[in-house]
Amino acid sequence: MVINGENMDLKNKLTINELLEILCLTKGRVVVEVNLEIISKDLYESYTLNATDVVEIISFMGGG
Amino acid sequence: MDNLIIGGIELKSRLLIGTGKYSSHDIVPKIIESSGAKIVTMAIRRVNLNSKEENLLEYIPKDCILLPNTSGARNAEEAVRIAKLAKAMGCGNWVKIEVISDNKYLLPDNQETIKATEILAKEGFIVLPYMSPDLMSAKRLLEAGAAAVMPLGSPIGTNRGIRTKELIQILIDEIALPIIVDAGIGRPSEATEAMEMGAAAVLVNTALASANDPVKMAEAFGLAVKAGRLAYNAKLGSESNIAIASSPLTGFLNGGAN
Repeated sequence: MVINGENMDLKNKLTINELLEILCLTKGRVVVEVNLEIISKDLYESYTLNATDVVEIISFMGGG
Repeated sequence: MDNLIIGGIELKSRLLIGTGKYSSHDIVPKIIESSGAKIVTMAIRRVNLNSKEENLLEYIPKDCILLPNTSGARNAEEAVRIAKLAKAMGCGNWVKIEVISDNKYLLPDNQETIKATEILAKEGFIVLPYMSPDLMSAKRLLEAGAAAVMPLGSPIGTNRGIRTKELIQILIDEIALPIIVDAGIGRPSEATEAMEMGAAAVLVNTALASANDPVKMAEAFGLAVKAGRLAYNAKLGSESNIAIASSPLTGFLNGGAN
């Protein structure tokens, strides 16, 4: 699985909630995109990730 | 009331500020407060997985409108992707379109900006496109559904002031949308200058972040924008090539000027 450009060895069929927990991220402050598709927050509990998925976890940062 | 109206929302402040270039988010609520700004920009980036970062949102008052930018986008498609990610944060549907593939001057790509504006406006975003001041591009942005037009004064981060003054004046005179001067303003007097010209608002980031005392500078900018808008509404007197005395030309004392 590729998360934010990094290859990560994670167990198959992880839910997004589980992934965020492993990464110590709170779901309220991020948006998750899987294979270029934005996943709605109410699906974080049920949406399962595959080993080949490309995941982007993004948030607001300072900017002009 | 002479409020700024964008996307149907009425705002008392005509100063927009950015949150970039600060070493810590702690200063952000202070500059927002001292500037009086009600619209605040931010970027969308990957979360740092290796170190815990503070949540910028916790530092922005709830009554501020968030204006995420699409910085990082090099074309319309990337801008649309970033805008949708920003909207998915659930903090509103305003977006500043920033499409730049020039790394030296960071000048925006008007053509791609117009494309992105059209797509996102159709999807219900309130779109504020950052652009290089060009009348035809501004007309196309208006037609594409932009809620305002944001021409640059000079390149991002340069503090060089309003070098594109003539072109911005043309936009102010010809485009029936709020014109927000964004990028390059370095001094409060330049913000006043933009407002005297008839700009609807100004956006500053580096001018505050690079100042020795950003909080004090934010206050200066808040006052500068108010002064400029008051002057614009008061309608400036005309210029003259020759002197016109301020004091009476009659009744001089004995021995005084004739």
